[in-house]
Amino acid sequence: MSDDVILSAEGLVKHFGSGGGLRGKRRVVQAVDGVTLSVRRGETFAIVGESGCGKSTLARLLMRLLTPTAGAIRFDGRDVTDATGRDLEALRRDMQFIFQDPFSSLNPRMTVGKLVGEPLEVHAPELSRAERRDRVAALLRQVGLRAEHAGRYPHEFSGGQRQRIGIARALACGPKVIIGDEPVSALDVSVQAQVINLLGDLSRDLGLTLVIIAHDLGVIRHMSDRVAVMYLGRIVETGTADAVFSDPRHPYTQALLASIPSPEARLSGRKAMVLGEMPSPSAPPPGCRFHTRCPHAQAVCRTDAPPLSARPEADHAVACHFHDSLAAEARPAAATAQSEAAQARFALYRAATEGGAVTHLHPENQET
Amino acid sequence: MTRSELQAEAAASGVPGSGQAAEILRLDRLSLRFRGQRADVVSDVSLRVSAGEILCIVGESGCGKSVTAMAVMGLLPENATQISSGTLHFDGETVDLRRARLPAHLRGNRIAMIFQEPMTSLNPAFTIGDQIAETVLRHRGGSRAEALDRACEMLEKVGIPSPRQRLREYPHQLSGGMRQRVMIAMALANDPQILIADEPTTALDVTIQAQILDLIRGLRRETGMGTIMITHDLGVVGEIADSVAVMYGGQVVEQGPVADVFDNPQHPYTIGLMSAVPRLDSPGGRLAIVPGTVPTIDAMPEGCRFRTRCAFATPGCARRPALADLGGGHLVACHHAPLETNVSVRA
Repeated sequence: MSDDVILSAEGLVKHFGSGGGLRGKRRVVQAVDGVTLSVRRGETFAIVGESGCGKSTLARLLMRLLTPTAGAIRFDGRDVTDATGRDLEALRRDMQFIFQDPFSSLNPRMTVGKLVGEPLEVHAPELSRAERRDRVAALLRQVGLRAEHAGRYPHEFSGGQRQRIGIARALACGPKVIIGDEPVSALDVSVQAQVINLLGDLSRDLGLTLVIIAHDLGVIRHMSDRVAVMYLGRIVETGTADAVFSDPRHPYTQALLASIPSPEARLSGRKAMVLGEMPSPSAPPPGCRFHTRCPHAQAVCRTDAPPLSARPEADHAVACHFHDSLAAEARPAAATAQSEAAQARFALYRAATEGGAVTHLHPENQET
Repeated sequence: MTRSELQAEAAASGVPGSGQAAEILRLDRLSLRFRGQRADVVSDVSLRVSAGEILCIVGESGCGKSVTAMAVMGLLPENATQISSGTLHFDGETVDLRRARLPAHLRGNRIAMIFQEPMTSLNPAFTIGDQIAETVLRHRGGSRAEALDRACEMLEKVGIPSPRQRLREYPHQLSGGMRQRVMIAMALANDPQILIADEPTTALDVTIQAQILDLIRGLRRETGMGTIMITHDLGVVGEIADSVAVMYGGQVVEQGPVADVFDNPQHPYTIGLMSAVPRLDSPGGRLAIVPGTVPTIDAMPEGCRFRTRCAFATPGCARRPALADLGGGHLVACHHAPLETNVSVRA
């Protein structure tokens, strides 16, 4: 990991207007309101937050699928905030998107070969048909599908396989950055693990930069190098995954982590830490936007918005007036009540699914 | 302190565990298929729930967990469902599910159900108050004013602020978490003995999910109702369940008190599922996976249905393993359990 920044945003703002007409006031939804971040080449950067926090809008802004109301986006050294025409087309080649829902994001009338080959038609028109077919076959193999799948239609595949098709399509034109909006959240846990592993392999093998939008903190902890936590259009905490997860300083980050359901939480008798719900982004509260739900809120929080200020440890910044005093209570350690036998079983399972040779010691038990 | 010790302590302090309390509902050997299918979507499933117990049915899409719950509630369309076996014992009544379904006067009254997506299960054209009052009037009678009072009381119980005012509001005026609270209020309005909750927190954000789980836990302590919760999230199971049934392809593969199943999982599918969840305390590296995908119901293999994805499968797995009791009500259906004595793996 280097300090080589590939994608950055500065003071990014996106407001959506709604309503307004003959009567009634026009309401402005402040979906993203002053976001500054930088993504380094080759890293996996995660943006986490609950529904309505603006994380998907932010992803679409970074992709330039939306045009920001204010602020600047830089990609690979150039300002792409107002890119149009050929510049935008080049940007599309370098940055690709993976969508959440593998059912609605693939055209059901196109074969897999056509779906994966389509970006090549646009971005590599010089390829002959045969070359394109070979390239599609290679892409399908790369994401763990078979070349002969190219002739089939999306409905013939399961959710996990469709997500693989979406990933192959994103990889087709050789992007530098892939932005995934909840790329695994629609998948069942066993299939989700396969896709997480695939994304990890691809980013390592191809040197890809991944920007992952997600709400599942376990997934984010597993995949990402650095994290930004969003609340109501703003980043409230950002830093290395290690710093944010082991020493969360913003009450919202702490609440998110404490809310993850787990056997430990049940036994320590946790009560829900955060009360109430996120206010509407069309009428965000003044001051710190989290103060309406914050257990530590003081008078200053209601009037002054805290800036994102750096913590002493490297690469960790928090937007809270009291981040110095708000160390999180240590999360109860995982009660590892698993017996040695159970641990042995987990080890056997992992070894067997990773290609180990299985020997049955008592084959007579299995015969009838 | 180990998890089982902690749970013993919790049980001693009045939280009912499995086993001691009175059984409220028992489902015996339910098997059913939908017309036109070649295999059962639910195959030989037995469950029991006691007063104050939370039973979680966990499994991935298509494992038959929701269909099982719908069959208990009698919500499956009769003309499309063939139930080949199954008996429901509830509240002193015995219903042979092959011939009859749960009597209508029990449904929504003694047994209530809440669903994943509260927006689609609430009628957008009626106020919250009307919808809760309707279930009260339907099963208890009385005047509309009394029913609305009951609705107001229920809204207060599930933690909705200014309930009187909310009675007059429509579902679209509420947030997702509030809607789910309304669904719970509606389900509990007639003091049911059993609450069936089908993925009640899946559509909710994690902070709201924590609030709803707390609510369900508090209500069962207060009312002593038994709960059957359907979920795909092992974290939710670990947090709220007393006992758990793990389903795969319409079969229960492992079942028992949650401490036993979590600390000492025996079935390869349970182990795979637990290994595949990304954990906060062990980042990076590769996740263990469950290879392949669930076969379609018509392509389900004979015998153990997990064998097409199981790294330990042998030809003997074509014979269905019985659910064997390992002691303390911990049941597992695998010919190769326990793995550590029956199998070795060379990397």
